[in-house]
Amino acid sequence: MSSQPRGPKAPRPNWVSTRNPCKACAPLGAALVMRGIAGAVPFLHGSQGCATYMRRYLISHFREPMDIATSGFNESTTIFGGEKILSQGLDNVTSQYHPALIGIATTCLTETIGEDVHGLLHEYHEKREGAEAPLLVHVSTPSYNGTHIDGFNDAVRAVVEQLAEASAISSADAASSVNLFPGMVSSEDLRFLKEVAAEFALPITLFPDYSETLDGPSMDKYHKIPEGGTTIPALRATPAAKASIEFGRTIRTKRTAASFLQERFEVPAKRIGLPIGVQESDVFFAAMEKLSGRKTPEKYRMERGRLIDAYVDGHKYLFGKRALVIGDEDLVVGLAAFLAETGVIPVLCASGGKSGALKHSIAEVTTHVREPITVRDGVDFMTIAEEVEFGELKADFIIGSSKAAKLARQLGVPHIRVGFPIHDRIGGQRILHLGYHGAQQLFDLMVNTMLEVKQDSSSIGYSYL
Amino acid sequence: MADILRERERQVYRKGQQQPFQLDCEKQSVAGSVSQRACVFCGSRVVLYPIVDALHIVHGPVGCASYTWDIRGALSSGPELHRLSFSTDLKEMDVIQGGEKKLFAALCELIDAHKPKAAFVYATCIVGVIGDDVEAICKRASLEKGIPVLAVHSEGFKGTKKDGYRAACDALLQIVGTGPVDDVSPLSINILGDFNLAGETWMIRDYYKRMGVQVVSCITGDGRIDDIRRAHGAALNVVQCSGSMTYLAKSMKEKYGIPFIRVSYFGVDDMSKSLYDVAKHFKDKEMLKRTQLMVREELQRIMPVIADYRRALEGKRAAIYVGGAFKAFSLVSALRLLGMKTVMVGSQTGNKDDYEQLRELCDEGTIIADDSNPLELSSFLEEKDVDVFIGGVKERPIAYKLGIGFCDHNHERKEALAGFEGMVNFAREVHGSVMSPVWRLTPRKRGNGLEVVK
Repeated sequence: MSSQPRGPKAPRPNWVSTRNPCKACAPLGAALVMRGIAGAVPFLHGSQGCATYMRRYLISHFREPMDIATSGFNESTTIFGGEKILSQGLDNVTSQYHPALIGIATTCLTETIGEDVHGLLHEYHEKREGAEAPLLVHVSTPSYNGTHIDGFNDAVRAVVEQLAEASAISSADAASSVNLFPGMVSSEDLRFLKEVAAEFALPITLFPDYSETLDGPSMDKYHKIPEGGTTIPALRATPAAKASIEFGRTIRTKRTAASFLQERFEVPAKRIGLPIGVQESDVFFAAMEKLSGRKTPEKYRMERGRLIDAYVDGHKYLFGKRALVIGDEDLVVGLAAFLAETGVIPVLCASGGKSGALKHSIAEVTTHVREPITVRDGVDFMTIAEEVEFGELKADFIIGSSKAAKLARQLGVPHIRVGFPIHDRIGGQRILHLGYHGAQQLFDLMVNTMLEVKQDSSSIGYSYL
Repeated sequence: MADILRERERQVYRKGQQQPFQLDCEKQSVAGSVSQRACVFCGSRVVLYPIVDALHIVHGPVGCASYTWDIRGALSSGPELHRLSFSTDLKEMDVIQGGEKKLFAALCELIDAHKPKAAFVYATCIVGVIGDDVEAICKRASLEKGIPVLAVHSEGFKGTKKDGYRAACDALLQIVGTGPVDDVSPLSINILGDFNLAGETWMIRDYYKRMGVQVVSCITGDGRIDDIRRAHGAALNVVQCSGSMTYLAKSMKEKYGIPFIRVSYFGVDDMSKSLYDVAKHFKDKEMLKRTQLMVREELQRIMPVIADYRRALEGKRAAIYVGGAFKAFSLVSALRLLGMKTVMVGSQTGNKDDYEQLRELCDEGTIIADDSNPLELSSFLEEKDVDVFIGGVKERPIAYKLGIGFCDHNHERKEALAGFEGMVNFAREVHGSVMSPVWRLTPRKRGNGLEVVK
C-alpha cells in the first residue's frame, strides 16, 4: 500500500523474507498488558525460551524486573499436551508469588499443537476449588498472527471480556467512571493520563496501567510483584462505566475492549487517535470536557498555549524538513499528525504492523500537507531502507524506536528515539509522548536536533541560532 | 531466607550447612519457576551468531528473529552479515500449508543478495511440529547456490540450551574438514568457545601470536567459514566456554585425532595458566620462554592498576549468576584478586563436576544455586548483603531494584573482560559500580526518610 515512489529507479524486488524486523511477536504485547494488572503475574504457555527472550527484550527497554512465568514445553509435552505442566506451572507461580491473577498467553507452539487452554484452565480451576486460587485470564496470541501490538490489544480485550461483570452495572460509583484504553504507550504517558483524569475530577479505569509496575522506585526489599496496576475490582466494573475511550486510529478494524463493552453492555465507545501534538490532543481534551462536564483546567490551557507559542518560535527551523516516521502504527499516525502541524513533512510513514488502516489514518491527520507522503505497512527495516533509496526520500531525520538506529547511521541522519523499544538509551519508559506537554518535549527535542545539525555542519559554529 | 519451591530445594546448597554435598542439576526447569534459562534455539543462535560471513536465517514466526537481532557484542574485523536479522516470518497460512516453499525462496533471495560463504537455517518450535523437511530444503538450496546451507535443529522445546549448543556443533562439523590445510603449522590451534565480545578474540589471538602459535580458526569469535573449513588442520583445540564447545572438541578428536584442553581467559591466574598450558602442550622451550616473558610483561603492566582497585574493593561481597559454571570459577578467583568475597554463585547449566569444583573453591557459607530465578536471587542478594552482582541483562534489574551494584558478564557486554587487559576492565567496571555514590541515597542504605545526607 504505497503511493508511487518518485524517480526512475530499479524495480523493488518483492522480498519473501523478513529482514531486520520492525515488529516483535504477539505474546510480548500480552505479557506487557498482564504486567499492568495489580497483583498479576504474566505466564506464557509455551517453550522456556519465549518467556526468557521477551523478558530480556522488555527489561532492556524498561530497565525494571519483569518476571514472566512459563510452562516450559519439552518434546513429550509437545506430543502429549501441556496439561500437566500448565497446572504445575500455575501451582508454582501461586505458591511463589501469591498473585491475585495469572495472565496466560499462548505462543506459536501451543497454538500450533492446538492446546485447548480455555478447557484446561476450566479444569484446573474446578480442581482447585477452595485452595488458594488466583484468578486466571487467558489470551490467544499465536506469534504467526500480527505483531506485539495485536497481542497487546487482544490481551486488553480478553482481560476485559473475562473479568467484566454485568452485576457491576448497578453500582453507583462505577457509573460515573470512564474506561480509558490507551494502547501501548510509555509508563510516563500512563502517569500523564491519570493526572489529566484527576485534574478533570473524572474517575477512570485506565487499563493496562504499568506506570508503576514498570517504572517503580528503588526498594529496600524485593517486591515479588511490583506495586501498582489496574485493580481487579476496577476491571470487573468496566461494564458500568458511562463511556470508554480508546486510543488508536488504526485499530478500527479490530474487535477491541471498547467495542466489546459497547456491544455487550452498551457502554458508549469513543475511539480517538493517540493524543500527540495540538490537534490530536485537542480531541482528547474535548472528550474529557464532555465526559466530565468541566472545562479543561487552566494548567492544560497554559500548556497548550505555551506549545503553540513554541511552534511559532521554532517554525522556521522545521519548515520543509523531511522525516521518516517508523514504529507501531498508532504511534506513527500520532507522530505524523504532530510533525505535519509543525511544518515537518512525514515523507515516509512505515510500520511493521499491518492493520490495513494505516494509510487511511495517515491521510486523515495530514490533510493540509501538500507534499506526497509514502505510507508502508507490514514492512521491515531493509525494505524501508530500499524505499528511502529508490524513492529518493532524502530525509533530514528519523523519528522512531531504537531499532531504527542502524538505518539512521546508514543514512547519516539524526535519530529521535520515541516509542518502543528503546534499547540503546536510558529512560524509554519515561518519554512523554502524549498531551501538550509531551508534544512540547518532542518539539524542543526536534528543533534542537535540527539546530545541532546546522551548528555542527557550519564552519562558522554560530553561537546564536 | 528464600522461598524455594519444593521441587527446587535440592538445587540450592549452602556450603558448610549441609552435609554431604548434594546439588541437583542438569534437570529440566520446573514449570512456573521463572527460570533465567532460554531454549534450544538460544543455545544454537548464540554459538553460531559470531560467524560473520554466514547468513543466519531463523525459520519460524518473527519473534525468535526479532529478539536475537544484533543481540551479541560479537565484533567482526570484516563482514557484518551476522548483525542482520533474517527470518521466514511464518504466518498462519504457512503454518497450515507448511513453510518449505517460503524457506527455499527466502534462502535463494538472501544468498543472491548477500553472497554469504555459508548459510545456517535455525529451525524454531513450530517447524518441528508442522514437519517441514528443513534438511531437504537446505540440501536443495546448497546444490543450487553452491555454498554450504546447514540445518540447525534448534526447535526450542527439544531439550535445553545445551542441546542447542550440540545442534550448532553438528552444523559446524559439516563445515570442518572441507578446506585445504597444507600451510598449517605444527604449532597451531583452534580457539574454541570465544565469541569476540568487545574484541576479546583479537586480544587472545595477539597473545598466541606473540607466543608463536598459529591460530587456524576461531570458533566462533570473528568467525570465518573458510577458516572453519580448515580447522581440522590444527594441532590442538583450545576450548573456553566448555559447555558449548566440548562436544565439538570431542568430535574433532574422534574424527581427526586433534587433542583438546580446557582453558579460561578470565582473570589473571586462569589467563596465564591457559597460555602456559598451550605452550606446555607443544613442548617447545622457546615458546615457553616467550610465553613467560609475555605473561611477566603483562602482569607488570596491570598489577599496579589492579592493586589500586583492590584497596577500594577489599572485603566487598559479590554474587555471581552466569550461564555456564566454568566461567564462574574464573570469576570467583578474579574477585578474590580484587580482595572481594563471593557469597553466592550459581549458573543456568552447570553439571555435577562444575558444582563440586565451585564448592571447593568457595568459602564457608557461600550459596551455590543451579537454574535459579528472580525470587531466589533477590533473596540471596538481600540475605548476603551483596555489594555487586555479576550476571547478564536479565539479572541486572534484580540488583538495581535493590540498590546493589552490577557488572554485565554476559554476551551483550560492550567491555572486553577477557585477557590481562580484560582483568583491568573488569576491576574498573566492578569498582565503578560498587564505589558509586548513588547507593548512599538508596532505601537499602538509608531508608526512605528525607533527611539530608551528610
